[in-house]
Amino acid sequence: MIRVVLPAHLKTLAHVDREVKLDVPGRATQRSVLDVLEASYPMLRGTIRDHATGQRRPFVRFFACSEDLSHELPDAPLPDAVATGAEPLLVVGAMAGG
Amino acid sequence: MSKVRVLVGTKKGAFVLASDGKRKRWKVSGPHFAGWEIYHLKGSPADPNRIYVSQSSGWFGQVIQRSDDGGRTWDAPGGGVTMSPEGMPKGESNKFVYDASPETGKPLTTHQFYDGTQRPWEFKRVWHLEPSLADPDTVYAGVEDAAIFRSTDGGQTWQELPGLRGHESGPKWQPGAGGMCLHTILLDPGTPGRMFIAISAAGAFRTDDGGGTWRPVNRGLKSPYALPDPDAQVGHCVHRIAMHRSRPHVLFMQKHWDVMRSDDAGESWQEVSGNLPTDFGFPIEVHAHEPETIYVVPIKSDSEHFPPEGKLRVYRSRTGGHEWEALTKGLPQRDCYVNVLRDAMAVDSLDSCGIYFGTTGGQVYASADSGDTWASIVRDLPAVLSVEVQTLP
Repeated sequence: MIRVVLPAHLKTLAHVDREVKLDVPGRATQRSVLDVLEASYPMLRGTIRDHATGQRRPFVRFFACSEDLSHELPDAPLPDAVATGAEPLLVVGAMAGG
Repeated sequence: MSKVRVLVGTKKGAFVLASDGKRKRWKVSGPHFAGWEIYHLKGSPADPNRIYVSQSSGWFGQVIQRSDDGGRTWDAPGGGVTMSPEGMPKGESNKFVYDASPETGKPLTTHQFYDGTQRPWEFKRVWHLEPSLADPDTVYAGVEDAAIFRSTDGGQTWQELPGLRGHESGPKWQPGAGGMCLHTILLDPGTPGRMFIAISAAGAFRTDDGGGTWRPVNRGLKSPYALPDPDAQVGHCVHRIAMHRSRPHVLFMQKHWDVMRSDDAGESWQEVSGNLPTDFGFPIEVHAHEPETIYVVPIKSDSEHFPPEGKLRVYRSRTGGHEWEALTKGLPQRDCYVNVLRDAMAVDSLDSCGIYFGTTGGQVYASADSGDTWASIVRDLPAVLSVEVQTLP
């Protein structure tokens, strides 16, 4: 079970009020977690990763275990603590603009 | 008794303002989609309970929302867990991808950037949504970088009408200060298949075949500081176009500078700025029952986006231009330095025509007597990006 914490804007959009729990088959990576997240909450497609390129949107960041994972490769394994559900993967809107 | 519903898009959410036909007391609901930029929301003329919303954010991109109950509840159409025939959930309502396919699209062409170099088209947001006059499930979207998309399934999926972006003049289009946006879509109620659109800074275009092919309709526009060629067919910074549905061949335009009119469906334009204190501005609107009565809000200049002399004045012409009168009663006449953006003015169609506009200072003003007197409905919203009005039975 993978835990994902969404920013407030996306919680509203996805109609959730707490962290999201996902069953992710295989190895837990940014890509595999986001694939399952978007399959479970299709309205989030395009809001974290660009529709056309599949790339992380510029002002979206990923954190876990007090580490910034934003620049890790999409298929790099997430920390064990995230894969086991001990720690959540945080999706964060970068501090920018108003 | 008839009712009016004013749909207000702001920098931090949407608001719905409702009143009876007297337009004295208002009920304010919102913010809907709190924290998101709402560039535009508009109701379907064919089904007033159907309202489309453009919701966007610099962080999370574009989302389309829809209400089927007059704004009480909202959902992203197609954003629910709807399964496709392949068994995968759909989620296409937010997906605006330029059509570069060899079968139906145009190559991903380039346009001119601020520095004069060529850049490929890159989707940023939906500026304007224009529901079909007859079909609640059909809606057009004007987007940045400039292109027009259409949905025929209530906003679930979107397809570009690529003939516009693929027009041969595309490499000469360039962004205005606000980006290269397609901000105006007018559907001609008298000629099937005819639409007008406007782009900053490319100009006005017309299609007569439902969006398959387009051509610029900018003859008579002058932009001497930006375009030395007096006959340039594209590159003009058109801010807004309006029409009266009883005379769709007559168009009124607020250009970057100059207020213009066309009496031949855009084939030619004449300046009608007349005695305006400045002919710079953003919105332009037509009275619901008087096709020659038009409204603008003069703004000091392109570098000083506020009313001249700190006086917020709507100007009305009852002669289709040239002769203008200032409407000031109820509007601040000192120390006012707000702007009124291009999509932030609208009219209702009650017997005594109501005029509405919103400001970057968060006020929404209404006049229930064609502009003679004004009062604020709300004063402290986030900066207003758009105002639309629905007149309900």
